[in-house]
Amino acid sequence: MSDSGNPEVHAEPTTFLRKWIFSVDHKIIGIQYYFLALIAVFIGLGLSVLMRLRLAWPNESWPLLEKIFPIGFDGGPMTPEFYLALMTMHGTIMVFFVLTTAPQGGFGNYFLPIQIGAHDMAFPVLNMLSFWVTFVSLGVMVAAFFVVGGAPISGWTAYAPLSALGEVAGPGLGAGQNLWIISIALFCLASLLGALNFITTVLNMRAKGMTLMKMPLTVWTWFTTAILALLSFPVLLAGGILLLLDRLGGTSFFIPGGLVVSDTIIEHSGGSPILWQHLFWFFGHPEVYIAILPGMGVASQLLSTFARKPIFGYRAMVVAIFAIGLLGFFVWGHHMFISGLSPLSALIFSVITLTIGVPSAIKTFNWLGTLWGGKIRFTTAMLYAIGFVSLFVSGGITGLFLGQTSIDVQLHDTYFPVAHFHMIMGVAALFGIFGGTYYWFPKMFGRMLNEWWGKFHFWITFIGVNAIFIPMHLMGIMGGLRRYAQSTEFKFLEPLQPYQEFVSIAAFITAAAQVIFLVNLFWSMFKGKKTSENPWESTTLEWTIPSPPPHDNFAGKIPVVHHGPYEYGVPGSPRDFVMQTDPPIDKNK
Amino acid sequence: MAISFAVTIWLIVLATIYLFSGQMGWFPPQVSEHGGAIDDQFFYTLIVVGVAFTLAQVVLGYYVWRYRSSAHKEVTYTHGNTKLEVIATVVTAVVFVTLAIMGQKVWAQLHLQGIPEGAVKVEVTAQQFAWNIRYPGADGRFGRTIPQLINDQLNPVGVDPKDPASEDDIVTLNRMAIPVNRDVQITLRSKDVTHSFFVPALRFKQDTTPGMAISSHFKALKIGEYEIACAELCGIQHYKMRGFLMVKSSEDFEGWLKEMSEY
Repeated sequence: MSDSGNPEVHAEPTTFLRKWIFSVDHKIIGIQYYFLALIAVFIGLGLSVLMRLRLAWPNESWPLLEKIFPIGFDGGPMTPEFYLALMTMHGTIMVFFVLTTAPQGGFGNYFLPIQIGAHDMAFPVLNMLSFWVTFVSLGVMVAAFFVVGGAPISGWTAYAPLSALGEVAGPGLGAGQNLWIISIALFCLASLLGALNFITTVLNMRAKGMTLMKMPLTVWTWFTTAILALLSFPVLLAGGILLLLDRLGGTSFFIPGGLVVSDTIIEHSGGSPILWQHLFWFFGHPEVYIAILPGMGVASQLLSTFARKPIFGYRAMVVAIFAIGLLGFFVWGHHMFISGLSPLSALIFSVITLTIGVPSAIKTFNWLGTLWGGKIRFTTAMLYAIGFVSLFVSGGITGLFLGQTSIDVQLHDTYFPVAHFHMIMGVAALFGIFGGTYYWFPKMFGRMLNEWWGKFHFWITFIGVNAIFIPMHLMGIMGGLRRYAQSTEFKFLEPLQPYQEFVSIAAFITAAAQVIFLVNLFWSMFKGKKTSENPWESTTLEWTIPSPPPHDNFAGKIPVVHHGPYEYGVPGSPRDFVMQTDPPIDKNK
Repeated sequence: MAISFAVTIWLIVLATIYLFSGQMGWFPPQVSEHGGAIDDQFFYTLIVVGVAFTLAQVVLGYYVWRYRSSAHKEVTYTHGNTKLEVIATVVTAVVFVTLAIMGQKVWAQLHLQGIPEGAVKVEVTAQQFAWNIRYPGADGRFGRTIPQLINDQLNPVGVDPKDPASEDDIVTLNRMAIPVNRDVQITLRSKDVTHSFFVPALRFKQDTTPGMAISSHFKALKIGEYEIACAELCGIQHYKMRGFLMVKSSEDFEGWLKEMSEY
């Protein structure tokens, strides 16, 4: 190991404000991102519980809720506009502030520098800035609930011209929609800064011996995710600015001529609603992988660690991560098959979409290969990793239906895609976050999470999410349409109602169980069992340093790497694992 | 722990297979010429997906149980098996791409083949939250429309009375009649925001995108009344934007048109 301290390390801050609030330490920033996502996920969860209430019992009055949300109830059942506002905000908050923020901003920030043997991110101040912009962005988003007209009702996809025309098209489409766009624009900016930082750090700041092919798969997924973010968020940012200009500046990027809304002639001409969809989905599809790739990294790390076996097909995993990232940029059109897109280009998008299933299948194959012949330790983290694989299979495989042009004609905008993407980019990604939390919490806080309560939380959540989302596929097959405030106004939707009730009850139980996680988290932070440097007997660099790590991570001693990231069960080794920094094995002995 | 986890995964598989067996509900009845092929393609895909899903989950459960640390002490130290991975990749790629290509047939039939000769012409103009249906009348031509003339009560699609072709145009609200066993050419427009014209029984769904006139065609094979639903979020009453498709015998259809033109 090199003994020279790193002159670039910034001094340890001494004031509370510099240490905990405006910190430039990637670890503090990581924790800040994690807690921002935690607040967001409970807001998002609360919104979904309210939505499920209306879907299951659309005509019921809720006097208590009416007192809390007077705007959402009109002296009786929940209003449809409030339902649509809940839906829009649920989707937006979950996708941006949870699924993009927790795995990348939270765990990525905290562990990427440590796992490659760096003392911090390449641009610490930029890192701080990207967190605080994200923070403001969340504030602006939530503020949309409290302005005149309430939150927007145009969905997280904000399809123009519904999102472009203003209040004439519906409540929440005035000030609320403006705030939504401003918040998203800020978020894009923050993600862009974060992505630059991640990419530079991986390329420039790896410790001696940490070659690309010795990087943990988590680092590979954070790196690839950052590239996706770098290339996709600017497109959404541009789209957002154009949409805001259409609304406030009198331009017509997305508004065609000749529109008449409730007998009011719209004075715009020349724009195209399809253009918004292209810009949105050019971002939106890579975004799906931004949400799920880090989860794949965490699952790989945990499966190998707790099966006490090297990851099966490391090189294939790296190639698959990159293939998913690359192909992810060429499939956005599958969201637009029935939009009026050229039917010919739909054919191309469809074939590429099904091709992207191939690297996903390789990953599943390799995860099973990692378990095969292993010695599985059932820690809570491992339960989540195995749960991740199960959900990844269930959620990913239904993409084979939706990616086909002809089947999409029937299933588009039904509950089938809702079930599909919740299963994969929603709960599978969340299982990655839960797994990461149980695995890394001891490193972050020096204490263990309670394993018994962790497992209890796992069982309810795993069974719960399956009970919610598998029947939801059937609701889609039966014709159930998404974004309907209730499914009682059509004859063909009548058979859906028992399913709506079942799914709502399953959702309430699952949502309630999340309180267990919250309590466990905070209780363990202060009262949990104290832990050592390497409680899981893991091999990667974060487990070579104290828990929690010192300010500059390696206390001036930048490590030298000799081994791959997943050397478990090595024959002839004194322990059943070889850490990345262990001295090289002398082959002549 | 291991055995209960394995059993849970297997039970989820069983429950899923039961749900997808059609016992608990399935697609709405199918009455269009092209719809059967969509249902068939769904079925073929279901077989492939079902086999892959079951295989992956059953093996996952089995490994979880078989390789638990209490029962399996000797780790098989391996970094992978290139041959196996290449085989798995090629097989998956072939199956997936085959599915993608098979799935294109109906699509091409709907969107790439020209509109059949002699098709009945119907135009749909969607608005918040209703379907305006227009027929060209005896001359077979739709009259010009002008947005400035639009009036929800009197002239919902803004037909220009000065255009001779518009004289015999017939406009109805939320009710669309078509003759059975005849090709229908449908042109989809929107007055305000994006809607989506969805007839579950026809296996037909197409967005009505503002600024565009999207043409497609279908043929209904069974007389009856079916619901038209909006499938693209269009505002607060999206969930009750309901219309009716009435598939009639040729004579009934002509009679209906006549009645509507007099109305």
